[in-house]
Amino acid sequence: MIEVKNVTKSFAGRVVLDNVSVNFEQGKTNLIIGQSGSGKTVLLKSIVGLHDIDSGEILFDEIDFTRMNFADKKEIRKEIGMLFQGGALFDSSNVEENVRFPLDMFTEMSLHEKLDRVNFCLKCVKLENANKLYPSELSGGMKKRVAIARAISLNPKYLLCDEPNSGLDPMTSLVIDSLIKEITEEFNITTIVNTHDMNSVMEIGEKIIFLKEGILAWEGTKKDIFKTDNEAITDFVYSSNLFKKIRKSQNKED
Amino acid sequence: MIKRGLFFHIGKYFLLMKKVFAKPEKHSIYYQQFLKEIENLGVNSLGIVAIISIFMGAVITIQTAYNIENPLLPTYLIGVAARDSILLEFSSTMVALILAGKVGSSIASELGTMRVTEQIDALEIMGVNSAGYLIMPKILAAMVFNPLLTLISMVVGISGGWAIGTLTDVITTQEFILGIRYAFIPYYITYSLIKTVVFAFIMTSIASYYGYYVEGGSLEVGRSSTRAVVYSSVVILLFNLILTKLLLS
Repeated sequence: MIEVKNVTKSFAGRVVLDNVSVNFEQGKTNLIIGQSGSGKTVLLKSIVGLHDIDSGEILFDEIDFTRMNFADKKEIRKEIGMLFQGGALFDSSNVEENVRFPLDMFTEMSLHEKLDRVNFCLKCVKLENANKLYPSELSGGMKKRVAIARAISLNPKYLLCDEPNSGLDPMTSLVIDSLIKEITEEFNITTIVNTHDMNSVMEIGEKIIFLKEGILAWEGTKKDIFKTDNEAITDFVYSSNLFKKIRKSQNKED
Repeated sequence: MIKRGLFFHIGKYFLLMKKVFAKPEKHSIYYQQFLKEIENLGVNSLGIVAIISIFMGAVITIQTAYNIENPLLPTYLIGVAARDSILLEFSSTMVALILAGKVGSSIASELGTMRVTEQIDALEIMGVNSAGYLIMPKILAAMVFNPLLTLISMVVGISGGWAIGTLTDVITTQEFILGIRYAFIPYYITYSLIKTVVFAFIMTSIASYYGYYVEGGSLEVGRSSTRAVVYSSVVILLFNLILTKLLLS
């Protein structure tokens, strides 16, 4: 479990996260949703220490990450898998080398064992036979799948995904969403997904938090979204015509 | 980045260097990176160094011949002047400045692109010391391989001088060989190699600094690359002066 306690973060005097407190539960797909510029990515990057927070605490299974020195943070980070918006694959390495990199760096496995693990991870993301391709030869969806394979190669306890569906078509988005959900359930990890895609919310959201201008404006499950009277989240959800229609039909049924 | 003060950048640069020379996570991986960088930064620079050196040697020879058309001065002095110019200054400083352009911009743009595409963040999240993994092999590779480039430059430069001198009949082979052997001080080579090692550290570390801390997008990567070349060239010239004063006076 990852606990965020009273986290505040500002850039050049502008408050981006304002006293945010939330628990991300193990074995669940936790979603951070909100408009662009609401602080989703900053929260995600603050959780993993890419941004130093101004105040508050971030606890990984009750261990305070914020007060750790660099060496201890490195140990925690080995248990984190992260999927970046653009995939962040190493351009000069092929798919196999990208997925193998954490194994090369942190394990004493033999080459044969590493390749077995790479193939297993690539199978998990349904990307067999792509081992020798370079990132420049992959589509956006394939890049994200390779990035997920790399993120899970060391059996992480925490999986963090920053806008996994950005720039992808709806079909590929569904594939990525279902992969994230399958991996979370199969390996019982704490997954946090940062998105503004309502389809993802409906597909994989188990616990959802809504950020508005850096403030935690709402927290609940995907079922709660349709029941809530919270103006902030209803404005966000029903900005899409599709969801307006869903709401109308639900109201008629009621 | 540029709006901040000089001392801010100097402080940040030394903090980066502290991170760069931290204990590696796994020596074998760093060694592989080191070998890759030897090829990228060193072996791939052989061509440009050879071309520059051959023309440099040729021009020095012709210029010296033009300037000593006095019958009281022996012709072999052309060889002496060519040798000393190449050994003392051109093979170390000139080659370093050219490499600061080639290698420096390559390092800054590589690291800058990695920064803006979040590859450096990805390394950090994995628990890798990204500065150490990406920068240390580059610095060490340049410090190890550049002295070899300097030695090659010396040989090729002097050969270029001899070739143009004999082809244009300003000096005979015998006179040129007499010139390059006359009053030869081996310490000049040591001096040149010491400068090369220092310049290699300067060009790679400054370029890495500007690449590693890029903020923004591709436009900023280009700007950082330019800054890397300009500042590393200026620092190389400054250290050329300091080292010359320290080592030759």
